[in-house]
Amino acid sequence: MDTPAISTPAGTLSPMMHTRAHWIAFKTILIREVLRFSRIWIQTILPPAITTALYFLIFGKLLGSQMPVMDGYDYTQYIAPGLIMLAIITNSYANVVSSFYGSKFQHNIEELLVAPVPNWLILAGFVGGGVARGVAVGVVVTAIALFFTDLHVTHWGVTIGVVLLTSVLFSLAGLINGIYANSFDDISIVPTFVLTPLTYLGGIFYSINLLPDVWRAASLANPILYMVNAFRFGILGVADIGMLTAFGITLGFIALLGSVSLYLLRRGTGTRS
Amino acid sequence: MVQALRIRNLVKTYANGVTALRGIDLDVEAGDFFALLGPNGAGKSTTIGIISSLVNKTSGTVEIFGHDLERQAYAAKRMLGLVPQEFNFNQFEPVMEIVVNQGGFYGIAAAEARERAEAVLQQLGLWDKRHEQARDLSGGMKRRLMIARALIHEPRLLILDEPTAGVDIELRRSMWTFLSELNAAGTTIILTTHYLEEAESLCRNIAIIDRGQLVENTDMKSLLSRLHTETFVLNLAAPLAMPPLIPGYVLTRLDDTTLSAEVSKDLGLNALFAGLSAHGIEVLSLRNKANRLEELFIRLVEHQS
Repeated sequence: MDTPAISTPAGTLSPMMHTRAHWIAFKTILIREVLRFSRIWIQTILPPAITTALYFLIFGKLLGSQMPVMDGYDYTQYIAPGLIMLAIITNSYANVVSSFYGSKFQHNIEELLVAPVPNWLILAGFVGGGVARGVAVGVVVTAIALFFTDLHVTHWGVTIGVVLLTSVLFSLAGLINGIYANSFDDISIVPTFVLTPLTYLGGIFYSINLLPDVWRAASLANPILYMVNAFRFGILGVADIGMLTAFGITLGFIALLGSVSLYLLRRGTGTRS
Repeated sequence: MVQALRIRNLVKTYANGVTALRGIDLDVEAGDFFALLGPNGAGKSTTIGIISSLVNKTSGTVEIFGHDLERQAYAAKRMLGLVPQEFNFNQFEPVMEIVVNQGGFYGIAAAEARERAEAVLQQLGLWDKRHEQARDLSGGMKRRLMIARALIHEPRLLILDEPTAGVDIELRRSMWTFLSELNAAGTTIILTTHYLEEAESLCRNIAIIDRGQLVENTDMKSLLSRLHTETFVLNLAAPLAMPPLIPGYVLTRLDDTTLSAEVSKDLGLNALFAGLSAHGIEVLSLRNKANRLEELFIRLVEHQS
């Protein structure tokens, strides 16, 4: 080992340098997260692409050809926005829960806890990674959808807005799951037993107007219904739910889960003893 | 002069009710090479955990170079570098990326972080391994990687929690040299170790912690001067049935050809050898039974219990 040549830095920073340092820290976490899921694209990007292709093949082409027109669109077109949203939801969630729990498991979350990185920045970095994967998978799945059906964006603002907000929301949910998880089993319980059923019952494959009143009312308690319908409105221009309600509920959940995440990070739940 | 570390009345009680720290006060001067010693479970790692924000304290205050860790967390954390006991990097990330990312967490732009990473990886002999995944490094290289990562933001206070555990003698010696030179260049170093020889040869000041309390906090010379006796092991030329009686010395037979001799500083070794010669006992070689600090450490900790 050679002679060290380490100088000593100043302890305090000006507000501008402080902001710059935080921006660099955020970029570092975000890029690390993007590189993480990009390196293992066979595990992260390819499976949703294959799954979605199978959905389109079976539900869209084979069974869908027997189905009536839904809200003025053939069945393949009708389910396409929901299937894209399904991939965005599951992948933004999976990215954050596996990355955050992996950091706890390998103890490299300590790299962030020791460094002068505030909790909100840790949250923003991991959520940014989840959004990046959600959007990346969304783009890939949309490209696959175009092999099976025609899609044209009707409302760009709604489409982009709902994609970003939904991936933020489920990244936050994944973060909370990752904070509480103590084993790899714990990170698969919520996606398997909560997220998947809610997603399938969230109006991907059907309009809730086709359901009996009681099931229609029950469906309205499912937050995923609002996001799927908002995205369908953005693409096709049809939805079972008003956009104000859909965006209001999504933003409300983001505020709730964001507050819970920050509270847990500040307490050190699952990260500090 | 601002102290590198100032701890007051630090208490930690874990959720299971175990009190690991019972009101510790500790000062480490800027520029010091400081040893924090104690038996397993004494509270060393809890103390380091609180200083490095990995453990929540129950009460008390911690200041790093005058910055309160709670109220001025950003400034305090920038001063500190930590080399933990356990490997705590992502085993699947390349060496260079681990070090550069840590620079990013401290607000160092990527280009500058890469330059700094090259410098520290060169210094620690890891530059050739920069593209390898951390999991492919040897144990000694992983330890050096953690030191490189801790130095990327040029901390003024470096805490090393058993940095030489499990590394071979050659590497341990080169790490001692590296740390001594780092300290000479102005970095305050706090070291915990189970190799007491390491603390004795490197550190100027020492604190011993046991059962959550400081049982000693002084300079190394004063501490060692308190040791009035040393124990030597003598290898004999011929087998011996009974140890001889030599006034002033406590001799114990360890086996046929080995004796241990407890020697007071006042008496020295000449009278011992004269006495052994008078009994016709020829000594082939002798060595310290344990290093001096180890003897003191055991006495202090045993005294507490």
